[in-house]
Amino acid sequence: MDLLFTPWPWYVGGPVIALIMFLLLMVGKNFGMSSNLRTLCTICGAGNKADFFKFDWRSQRWNLVVVTGAIIGGFLASQFLSLDISVNINPETVKDLNSLGFESAGKAYLPTELFDNSVFTDMKNLVVLAIGGLLVGFGARYAGGCTSGHAISGLSDLQVPSLIAVIGFFIGGLVMIYLVFPLIF
Amino acid sequence: MRTLIYLAIGILFGITMFKSEAASWFRIYEMFKFESFHMYGIIGSALVIGIVMVQLIKRFDIKSFYGEKIVFNPKNKSFSRYMYGGIIFGLGWALAGACPGPMFTLVGAGYLPILVVIVFAILGTFLYGLLKDKLPH
Repeated sequence: MDLLFTPWPWYVGGPVIALIMFLLLMVGKNFGMSSNLRTLCTICGAGNKADFFKFDWRSQRWNLVVVTGAIIGGFLASQFLSLDISVNINPETVKDLNSLGFESAGKAYLPTELFDNSVFTDMKNLVVLAIGGLLVGFGARYAGGCTSGHAISGLSDLQVPSLIAVIGFFIGGLVMIYLVFPLIF
Repeated sequence: MRTLIYLAIGILFGITMFKSEAASWFRIYEMFKFESFHMYGIIGSALVIGIVMVQLIKRFDIKSFYGEKIVFNPKNKSFSRYMYGGIIFGLGWALAGACPGPMFTLVGAGYLPILVVIVFAILGTFLYGLLKDKLPH
């Protein structure tokens, strides 16, 4: 019962992700979340602007249903399956984040500096979220997949392209945190 | 019926992303700082099980629940698109602290500012579609 209300350790989370991939394979689908962003573009009419978006989005309807489930799952987990949602990160990381101005480190699920509703009137942090989203969307499609498509599905199938992409993810992440963060936070 | 199966898988995925804290900006930052095993444990254990699973499916030609062959589509061979695209994705992943799955989980968890990230991720995807033919692949 404890496991239901406390944060899951990695050795629960990882195997459940593998189970999710297994279930999707067994219903004839491939695990990959960023494709939904392309599908949403197509639904919004992007097919008129670029051929990349000209496809029958109904073939991807199943994935939109999965992502709808992911929203519901987030609601259920946060509302009914959590007592204390603060994330117990390494005290060194907390200290480090405090020095960057993230006072909520170790006390919240997401930094309140970026994800509290007050951000809607905070131009700088709003731009941070926007640029973050833009890079994720652009990069995922350019690389042909995201964490689920490359780091989980692709690497599970021992695909070299996925290994290159994952190395890229890390180069980008490290550059952001070590070189860009000190400049913007 | 199939729709309900997809929905159930999605709900399990959402709960897992939230409860394992893979949807937490803090965990992503901590991962890139190499100050915790947590995220490496999640991705690593999913991967080890995933590799065994895919090998078993291929070796024993395991069929889907509907009796169809399970196909793995090999990705096109290339270096530049995966490296450049990967780096751009990584920059965004570290900044927004969320990848395309957890983004949606966080909507359900009630964090409205994540909608800004999602709208711009859709815009970023659109931008890629416009520039696709001009980029090295």
